[in-house]
Amino acid sequence: MNDELKYLAGRAAQGRVSRRAFMGRAAALGVGAGMASNMLASAVSAQGAVKGGMLRAGLQGGESTNTLDPALAASEVPAEVNYAWGEPLVEVGIDGSIEPRLASDISSSPDAKSWSFKVRSGVTFSNGKSLTADDIKATIERHTDENSQSGALGIVQGIESIDVSGDMVTLNLHTPNADLPYLMADYHLLIQPNGGKDDPTAGIGTGPYTVEINEPGVRHAFKKNPNYWDSDYGHADEVEILVINDNTARIAALQSGQVDMINRVDPKVVNLLRRDANVQIKNVAGRGHYVFIMHCNAEPFANNDMRMALKYAINRQEMVDKILGGLGTAGNDFPINAAYPLFDAGIEQREYDPDKAAFHYKASGHDGSPIILRAANAAFPGAVEAAQLFQQSAAAAGIPLELKREPDDGYWDNVWNVEPFCASYWSGRPVQDQMYSTAYLSTADWNDTKFYNEKFDNLLLAARAELNQTVRKQMYSDMAHILRDEGGLILPMFNDFVDAIGPRVAGWTDNPNGEMMSSRALYSCWVA
Amino acid sequence: MHPVIKLVAQRVALGILLLWIVSLLIFWGTEMLPGDVASAILGQSATPVSLANLREKMGLNDPAHVRYMRWFIGVLHGDLGTALTNGKDIASSIGSRLGNTLFLAFWAAIIAVPLSIVLGLVAARYAGRWPDKVISGVTLATISLPEFVVGYIAMFILAVNYRVFPSTALIYDSMTLWQKLNAIALPVIVLVLVVLAHMMRMTRAAILNVMQSAYIETAELKGLKQSTIISRHAFPNAIAPVVNVVMLNLAYLVVGVVVVEVVFVYPGMGQYLVDHVSKRDVPVVQACGLIFAAVYIGLNILADVISILTNPRLRHPK
Repeated sequence: MNDELKYLAGRAAQGRVSRRAFMGRAAALGVGAGMASNMLASAVSAQGAVKGGMLRAGLQGGESTNTLDPALAASEVPAEVNYAWGEPLVEVGIDGSIEPRLASDISSSPDAKSWSFKVRSGVTFSNGKSLTADDIKATIERHTDENSQSGALGIVQGIESIDVSGDMVTLNLHTPNADLPYLMADYHLLIQPNGGKDDPTAGIGTGPYTVEINEPGVRHAFKKNPNYWDSDYGHADEVEILVINDNTARIAALQSGQVDMINRVDPKVVNLLRRDANVQIKNVAGRGHYVFIMHCNAEPFANNDMRMALKYAINRQEMVDKILGGLGTAGNDFPINAAYPLFDAGIEQREYDPDKAAFHYKASGHDGSPIILRAANAAFPGAVEAAQLFQQSAAAAGIPLELKREPDDGYWDNVWNVEPFCASYWSGRPVQDQMYSTAYLSTADWNDTKFYNEKFDNLLLAARAELNQTVRKQMYSDMAHILRDEGGLILPMFNDFVDAIGPRVAGWTDNPNGEMMSSRALYSCWVA
Repeated sequence: MHPVIKLVAQRVALGILLLWIVSLLIFWGTEMLPGDVASAILGQSATPVSLANLREKMGLNDPAHVRYMRWFIGVLHGDLGTALTNGKDIASSIGSRLGNTLFLAFWAAIIAVPLSIVLGLVAARYAGRWPDKVISGVTLATISLPEFVVGYIAMFILAVNYRVFPSTALIYDSMTLWQKLNAIALPVIVLVLVVLAHMMRMTRAAILNVMQSAYIETAELKGLKQSTIISRHAFPNAIAPVVNVVMLNLAYLVVGVVVVEVVFVYPGMGQYLVDHVSKRDVPVVQACGLIFAAVYIGLNILADVISILTNPRLRHPK
């Protein structure tokens, strides 16, 4: 279906199919109008990509402690730096489908237990060596090794063995997983010669650029890789990333033309920035979300009536408006939204309802002592203000919330996962299975709501092995209902990614997979 | 032994003792912060197993005094150790950062010190009249604003509105000196504005103090010009307090510019220190702290020595 749509988008861009016909076909294929017009825009713009010139990005999320080892990347700048010189097997497209990169073809056994990737032919590393199946095998092996401290360890743990024959790599899994290609799109799993076992920080890969200057926490500069295989990426001759962690300095750098694009624009200043004719705000709904988490095994939250009372006592839309400045969407107490494949849009939105909250609060039999909510702005920007709003909306329902402000330092050590009720955030995962397995499965390492539900666990494991998408969608919908009505998660809002670009940038397409067009903006855009 | 040499030796020995105490204080301070380096690195992605692994790998399970002694012995051998977070050698990482910080401090000092002394002399010459009031008013206004506010205002006017200078002061090796100076123009302006008032006021006060003396009256009665009296008779006797303040401000230019470096994204020691403090990278924090303390103590010793040398009574004790 996607290939057909993409083909149509290309035809429409060339003017051989009318826009109206394209949108009609897209609707017939079950694609929403927003997504379809986005696809069309990207197809139109890709027709006119200009080669050459230089693009600069000023980014938050880089430290002088960063390295070029993709296994250790944990923030935005290393992720973006690594995509310049390296590539994964596959990537997730703007419509949530899997797109081939270094694997030109993907297939699975009928039970989804073994997956085969065909190595793209004619691709060379920037050191001149040809890409082979053995490099892919070695890369995955390196990330499986406990000592590599890879951020992708949890992802590759499910792989039992790796077979190589000719240009085919086959991954055999312990248990079936219909989402395996999504896991291989992870930003840690960039293919390196011999898997990077010789020198993980060499910065040698198959990406559109080669590393010229690498000064962690300061500046990263790249030159076009002349042997790059894909003409859709890497339009500018040179690209540069300046690490600008200060919010105001980043905006000033964009306004003064020192950089062409920036990430993480503070929602508080977005409306002021819109007045600058040279600046375009680019916000896109992603999967990241801000949360308040209750431990389901600790008093008073062990009582589901108490959890429901608090879920009804929060005003989600007010938080989207006041904390996110409107740049976000209201949550529904389960961590999935329309940015995920197989999302069930039919689940009823939970609204602020002081009467229901008061009813459940009474049913919980709580003794009326203050319920302590802990928050620090380390949890998410505006967490303390959000907790204050929560306190007030809960007070209207007669629920005594007491806000305890915690220091940013040590928040993840002393508060999160320790105290039974606190603010936190999640950046989301590419697929539902991964999000649920990471944080809501009984045995998950990061089960930060202490949610132990057998039915939920069974559904999750069954859905993982299910290749029939209709059945799978229903399973995920059932899980969402369980979590929404029984879980310890209060999810007031999904936050948009808010980036901004200057007048020299063309080819920007909104990408829900991550900020800065899923960390690839410098390589996908071109000089206008 | 010449009394001056003895005095200097005493000061240096005291300075070394101070440095040692500072190193203890820094270590103790980082121990008191909540959380350790392992939990700071892993943040929200921490699990008990990964925390234990990381602590084991970094040797964080040893008691505090063992870790302190291990570090202290290394420093005595000239080895500042490796950063816990990225495994890089601290001495080489700090080297270029320190160079950048000194580069910025040097250019700020080159402008600020002569300017403030000249302004101080002018203010003293016209004490109580309009030039004095304008100079004092303007410099006191700029020192009263926090430096990040001065920084943002300068950035807004000179980088965003008029695009005279770049808003971020990124410098790197391949730049020419002229390009570097252009890049650091804004932070230099801000630093000059921040340190100007202190030195200017001290010069003015010291000169006016000396102007009360009997020998100045004699000079006046001889019919000397006011400017000659100040430059020939008053200023040499006002050097000691001025030098002290100049040294304090020079030290500030090196160790106190953290905020300015962050605002202008300048790759100096301050930014480096902030990155590593937030990650609880104790060896780096200690190394930076030690360097900062050494700069402070060193410049203060220098100030003492200069004031001794400019004071004949101390130079030639009876």
